Amino acid sequence: MTEYALRMGDGKRIFLTREQIRADLEAGTADAADLGSIPALTGNELDKLAEILMMPARMVGVEPGKEVPVTHDIGTIRLDGDQGNSGVGIPTSRLAGCMIHERAMGADTMELGHIDYSFKPVKPVIAQEQQAMEVCQQNMIVPLFYGAMPNMGLYYTPDGPFENPGDLMKAFKIAEAQASMEHAADHLTRDMIWIMQKLMFAGADGVNFDTTGAAGDGDMFATLRAVESLRKQYPDMYIEVGMAGELVLGMHGELQYDNTTLAGLWPHQQAPLVAKAGANVFGPVVNTNTSKSSAWNLARAVTFVKAAVKASPIPCHVNMGMGVGGIPMFETPTIDAVSRASKAMVEIAGVDGI
Amino acid sequence: MGMPITHIMTSGMSGIRAAGDLVARMQFARNMRLKDAKEYVAKKLGVSTMDLSDEYVMRELREELGIGVVTSVAGSPKGIAAKMNIEKLLDIKINCCEKFRGKLK
Repeated sequence: MTEYALRMGDGKRIFLTREQIRADLEAGTADAADLGSIPALTGNELDKLAEILMMPARMVGVEPGKEVPVTHDIGTIRLDGDQGNSGVGIPTSRLAGCMIHERAMGADTMELGHIDYSFKPVKPVIAQEQQAMEVCQQNMIVPLFYGAMPNMGLYYTPDGPFENPGDLMKAFKIAEAQASMEHAADHLTRDMIWIMQKLMFAGADGVNFDTTGAAGDGDMFATLRAVESLRKQYPDMYIEVGMAGELVLGMHGELQYDNTTLAGLWPHQQAPLVAKAGANVFGPVVNTNTSKSSAWNLARAVTFVKAAVKASPIPCHVNMGMGVGGIPMFETPTIDAVSRASKAMVEIAGVDGI
Repeated sequence: MGMPITHIMTSGMSGIRAAGDLVARMQFARNMRLKDAKEYVAKKLGVSTMDLSDEYVMRELREELGIGVVTSVAGSPKGIAAKMNIEKLLDIKINCCEKFRGKLK
């Protein structure tokens, strides 16, 4: 019986028969449909997905004419950064890094980011970031964002001024934990607005809020309020909101935006809120299960993202880094798995970009 | 590095090698979905939507329009000069160009 080379969610090569692949595809889409109360992929879509996964070539590509813009997060850290950011340790300036992405790699957009890639540490070095943005904008042609993570966890002890909600909850101080999250969210919103005011002054095209919701619903709450404020101040600013995970974790549990409780939202429910706040592009995330096959993970991710694309009033650029969007959770994801996931998201989920 | 390069090779529009930057700009500047953004840019360039990812079509066209080419051509518009031409081509405003104009005496 013919077997096809696929990957596990951790990247390891496995061999599955056509029937095993089909069974995993059906189970993956059913899992997403059940969790999100969204439609499962149709039989034809599962056939197409199976065809992509079983293509014999090492690398596959979208059909000509179906290409999409590819936006980038992490800035130039993937060049000059360390392993912690999956960087390859090439000592380049950030200007050179941006230009390499534009002219050597063919990136459709690029972004500038601080080495920590969180908003909070940018505050003490804002003038440096403004200078770097000015120099990059003078030389770049593709849209150049400022990218950073809201990363609300940096506002809690021992890194920040507010008592750690995890410690408070362990002591059953639930109301105090919620209050701490609300205070942190206020400061995070204020900081993100201030930082982006400075960078818009320096000529930035806009901002990429990367890994929104990483610290739970408070993190997303703070980000949506920052988006709303920035949109009012800068009607032409480019704003992208990319998520941290498929589900908004209810660390607080009762925070609302536009009368919608943020905790427990799935990608197709996140997209309209992000658009309502004023973003131009939404980046849905679906997490990879390392114990399942790439067939299971990709069917599940495509199901969630297809629903988000349909529900979203703005373009969707799906997040497809290590461990999300059907990509294996591995530091150097294999080309066969990445190209198949990339093609499936474009041709089946119908994403506007990656 | 391999992962973003793989995405670009599999699905990307090749940035300034072709017209990926222009389509991306319309998605962000006007909230255009992919189909609308491609049709808008293709109409402005006078090409088909399929041509937007075709380096053969876009290489000379970009140089003619002065909107930046991927190879370093001496004397051709680069950086903000190219983006000012993109503003006119796409009928949009670009923040750094606005800032640049604001600094001129």
